[in-house]
Amino acid sequence: MSTPIDELLRGSLDHCVKCTICETACPVSNATPLFPGPKYAGPQAERYRVADEPSVEWSVDYCSGCGICTQVCPQGVKIAEINAQARHKLKRDKGVPLRDRIITRPTWLGRLGTPAAPIANWSLTFKPARVLGEKVLKVHRDAAAPKFAGRRFSKWARSRTSPVTGRKVVYFHNCGTEYYEPWEGEKVVAILEHNGFEVVVPKQDCCGLPLQSSGLFDDARKVVLRLAKALAPHVRDDDTIIVGNATSCTLMLKREAREILGLEDDPDLKLVSERTYDICEFLLELHDRGELKTDFQPVEETVAYHAPCQQQGHWIGKPALELLALVPGLKVAEMDARCCGIAGTYGLKAEKYDVAMAVGANLFEQIGASGAESVACDSETCRWQITHATQRPSVHPIDYLHRAYGLDGAA
Amino acid sequence: MSARTPQLHYDAVVIGAGTAGLTAAVRLAEGGARVCVLAKGVGSTHLAPGTIDVLGYAPERVEEPGAALPGFIAEHPDHPYALIGADAIGPALQWFAERVEQGPLPGYRYVGGLDRNQLLPTAVGVVRPSALVPETMAGGDERVREAVCVVGMRPLRDFHASLCAANLSHNGSSARAVEAAVEVDRADVNSVGLARRFDDPAWRAAFAAKLAPVVHAEERVALPAVLGLRDPRGAWEDLQQRLGRGVFEIPTLPPSVPGMRMFEILKAALRAAGGRLVLGAEVIGADRAGGRIEAVRAHASGHDVHYHARWFVLATGGFASGAISIASDWTAHENALGLPLRGFPAPGQPRFVADYFAEQPMGRTGVAVDGSLRAEGAENVFVAGASLPGSLPWKEGSGDGIALASGHRVAQAVLDAEATSNLRTPA
Repeated sequence: MSTPIDELLRGSLDHCVKCTICETACPVSNATPLFPGPKYAGPQAERYRVADEPSVEWSVDYCSGCGICTQVCPQGVKIAEINAQARHKLKRDKGVPLRDRIITRPTWLGRLGTPAAPIANWSLTFKPARVLGEKVLKVHRDAAAPKFAGRRFSKWARSRTSPVTGRKVVYFHNCGTEYYEPWEGEKVVAILEHNGFEVVVPKQDCCGLPLQSSGLFDDARKVVLRLAKALAPHVRDDDTIIVGNATSCTLMLKREAREILGLEDDPDLKLVSERTYDICEFLLELHDRGELKTDFQPVEETVAYHAPCQQQGHWIGKPALELLALVPGLKVAEMDARCCGIAGTYGLKAEKYDVAMAVGANLFEQIGASGAESVACDSETCRWQITHATQRPSVHPIDYLHRAYGLDGAA
Repeated sequence: MSARTPQLHYDAVVIGAGTAGLTAAVRLAEGGARVCVLAKGVGSTHLAPGTIDVLGYAPERVEEPGAALPGFIAEHPDHPYALIGADAIGPALQWFAERVEQGPLPGYRYVGGLDRNQLLPTAVGVVRPSALVPETMAGGDERVREAVCVVGMRPLRDFHASLCAANLSHNGSSARAVEAAVEVDRADVNSVGLARRFDDPAWRAAFAAKLAPVVHAEERVALPAVLGLRDPRGAWEDLQQRLGRGVFEIPTLPPSVPGMRMFEILKAALRAAGGRLVLGAEVIGADRAGGRIEAVRAHASGHDVHYHARWFVLATGGFASGAISIASDWTAHENALGLPLRGFPAPGQPRFVADYFAEQPMGRTGVAVDGSLRAEGAENVFVAGASLPGSLPWKEGSGDGIALASGHRVAQAVLDAEATSNLRTPA
């Protein structure tokens, strides 16, 4: 398929001056010889990729899709996006493993796992089951697997009414919040309500990011357009915005679905894209306007903060750092390693687990050296990977705001 | 809530994260300003050799840049150095050297100054006159008469030891090349991949053991500048000790490991001073109010963001970085804020001359500024680095010196203006 946006992405490779800045920043090529690097696999190899002819090289499958290459490129080359499209073409040529069709469907997994949470969670920690999973499904036996909460966030949200205040926000909770960490969503709602917002939680589903990052574009398109259709009616007025706490999923809605999946022209997605805010981005802007409540109680703790790659893809800096700085007593150690390695589902895959752990080694080492008791990070899959590798609890940055507001007992 | 784009407010916004932008930002933040750096991507640091070349040729080779600057400035009254002032250049170098020593790389430091240029070999073995250089490079000065053994590393395609040694010999040094085959677990080997290996003491020891037998007794050892990113000083000293002789780095083709060290040092200083860095945020326009810029509009995912500030520093570079471009109708444009340019040939005037290495008519193009580096038509915008008009850095050997000294200078101008105005209000 060749839509104008495809041509725009592909055309951006002509801006590549081979400066190699992307190669200095790529977490994957700096950890494994299996991926030769973003410039090599992207702007260079792309010249040899011809529509409807077989893929010329397969290493792009080892690109984790973190997007750092695009972020650091001073010439505006859409390196990660070109590579995502190459990965899609590769999967189309080569076939998609059954595993990739399963682990990219958080909704199916969540619906199956939630009612059977005790058994499902037990099997995730039961070694023989994991070994079998590795043999049959090629999901690495040691990879970080989240535990089903056994309850769904949306059920909690439907069971209550957000106080009507005349200031409304729409909350996009993602699959991680829905099935694995419903308490994160409850905290988001509590913080927004504490700041005088009525929180609307529309019926919603996956954003399609796992499908997209595994190269399953057709399925990803269906999924993300369904989500855009569900969210758009709530923001048709001039005023309402959407906030989300899953930074990779909000990035999917903001930019990746439009650019990588070639959905630039869908009106619902366009509206949703413009109106979507990362929760920390939104709270920082409120603070800038003098509208964020700052009735924070001290939190005497040292926390390491890691900004995940997908958060960096918002191109808004690190608003979480500025928010955490508002909490009295809280000492924040900013990690400057780039990536934890997991990249959504990448680090779960049996053939990529070791690469992912090597990518994250630098971060894990910094966390160890920081003396922090816990790690704040905006993406749930990164948090699971960090906890898996460092044995330290990892939470969303807003957890600290929630505690400092004294909302712990209220949620 | 309205569907307006987000608005954020700072005291100063710096556009560009190269040497000039980061220098200005660090200095502003250290001076107490709330600073935000917006950059489309990583900048010049990763491409430049990491040395601070102040004045190398004017047009003959300059031995003493400090002594040569007043005369150079008198001959070039529109040159950035004339606007910065000869007296302001030394303090900028001093300031930078201190930031390096206080930085995250243990013991790593720069040596030299305006008294005397260091005459260091480039990757092709010709002399590069440079005022302030990493200590790890200083041993390469051509005035050191010891013979040089230039060491190439087999998988690295960005450094050719035999070419470098042949040119050094041609110019009167005693030099020869050896090739060391090294194992780097990386598909496309570049200087960064090697630098990460040199961070590992065990790997380094094995490398030194392999190299020791092929180096002659009286030789210095020249290595491509890949001696680590985490502790280059430690790696350099370790190799000198293991080889029992002087070792020095020669800059490679990009990516530049010494340049990356410089970026990390300035980034850490910015962080320590409370400044903010937003990478990926291309500035695509300005909100103006008369002769002032109220805010700049930066591209972000999903929606643009308006960054308001009392002061702006434009340090986006020139033609090479894409900050200034020429349209198909042969008009030139500054792309971030749409500021007027100076030095671009008028319609009908020649833009190029046939001799490639001669001064090109459009070579001195930059953003039009007044005598205090303020942008024409925007009273609260200062300009620094390669965005400035009036210089030929590649010919003068002056790019990093201009970047550093102008970044330092404009930060001072902003801090002075803040100190003398009553505009400053606590957030």
